[in-house]
Amino acid sequence: MTVARRLIPCLDVKNGRVVKGVRFVGLRDAGDPVDCARAYDRAGADEITFLDITASHEARDILLDVVERTADEVFVPLTVGGGVRTREDVDAILRAGADKVSVNSSAVTNPALIEAVAGAYGRQALVVAIDARRRDPNDASAGWGVFTHGGRVDTGLDALSWAREVDARGAGEILLTSMDRDGTGLGYDLELVRAVVEAVGCPVIASGGVGTLEHLALGVLPISEGGGGADAALAATIFHDGHFTLGQARDYLRSRGVVVRDDATPEDR
Amino acid sequence: MSDRAAIVVVDVGLGNLRSVERALRAALVAEGRSPEMVRCTNDPGELREAAALVMPGQGAFGDCATALHRHGGALAKAVGEHLAADRPYLGICLGLQVLFESSEEAGGAHGLGVFEGSVRRFRDGMTDARGARLKVPHMGWNQVIPTDDAAAAWLGRSHWYYFVHSYYVVPSTASGGCIAGETEHGDRFVSAVSRGRLWAVQFHPEKSQAAGIGLLRSFVRGVP
Repeated sequence: MTVARRLIPCLDVKNGRVVKGVRFVGLRDAGDPVDCARAYDRAGADEITFLDITASHEARDILLDVVERTADEVFVPLTVGGGVRTREDVDAILRAGADKVSVNSSAVTNPALIEAVAGAYGRQALVVAIDARRRDPNDASAGWGVFTHGGRVDTGLDALSWAREVDARGAGEILLTSMDRDGTGLGYDLELVRAVVEAVGCPVIASGGVGTLEHLALGVLPISEGGGGADAALAATIFHDGHFTLGQARDYLRSRGVVVRDDATPEDR
Repeated sequence: MSDRAAIVVVDVGLGNLRSVERALRAALVAEGRSPEMVRCTNDPGELREAAALVMPGQGAFGDCATALHRHGGALAKAVGEHLAADRPYLGICLGLQVLFESSEEAGGAHGLGVFEGSVRRFRDGMTDARGARLKVPHMGWNQVIPTDDAAAAWLGRSHWYYFVHSYYVVPSTASGGCIAGETEHGDRFVSAVSRGRLWAVQFHPEKSQAAGIGLLRSFVRGVP
């Protein structure tokens, strides 16, 4: 056996509430991030990611409270991102109980933050999120640009060079989102995923566009077998909508020859 | 101080102790015990009084060894006495590695030397059977294969656990008997060791969902 490909449900959180809600049978409060995280934990998520999309910095304490309550009962790695600007933000999130912090715009404006966080907590605690958009929608050879602020700001950076740079500076992982595919359900931008996987040494999490179980499999299948070669597949809608359970996703990936964790833990102790 | 009532999580200042503390509390509650048994401290006096020690830690072997040997080695001595008395000990990640003598990572630093052997880094450029590049650190879920029935009793049979590390222990031939579990990442490496009531694992039970909480429940059952 070898290290398993990871399935990571991502919850968008605003002012302490899950934005789109999660359609789960038996969920007490589909809008409570703690309830949703607990449900995904029990359903066999390999990790859980919270993306805070709260506009105001003042609402930060609400998020920290959510993180703290989640960490009390969720025993898989928890990543928290969104609006992380300073080293103090990072410290507060990790102190509240997150295992990893994801930074995006702040890494672009202040790349030294990457070294600072990796130096203080180790690489594994830092995820650098890259939102990439094709320079030419129909031609991958034109490359991808790096966008920030939810895709509104073009940084002028090239996604592959930026990925190499954050890897060299100490990113533990890259959370790679295709802005072209995000929310479309058309599948990951596999050319983007492959290009970044081949460019860096750190693990890559594919994100943006999952609509089917096939899409998840393609993200993490080896490049030699037509996949993206990512280490992990992040998805939101496909799980939140209740179309597919994590168990179904896992079974499907296994049927495609992907090594996934078997979360069935028989009481054989 | 009551007579050995506490499970002490040893605070050497490396890594997030609270997640270990939280998971131990959950395991205690699941076992019908009081979660208040868990304490985090770096006070050698409290270590000496503990019913059980849990030594977590993420980061560098050298930092961990230095912290244990600081102030005349009071912490190292307390841990050594605890182990000599065969009281329950659970080492996690660095809490496993530091039981060995030395590490490639820190030339001069000495571990506790409970087991003969060293700590080595994964080679760069490893590939799996399908030619995919294997990354260092080894991060994510992987399987632990117990070496025998006694090991399976606490590790489970081929359970999946969450790993984050670049270094692994290499017991010397003489101390090979301590090997309790192995995992594959390029090469096969030792992911769990045991001797008497000492258990130590390379993975993070506190982040390994039901499998991890199950292991911690087994551990706390062995604590009087």
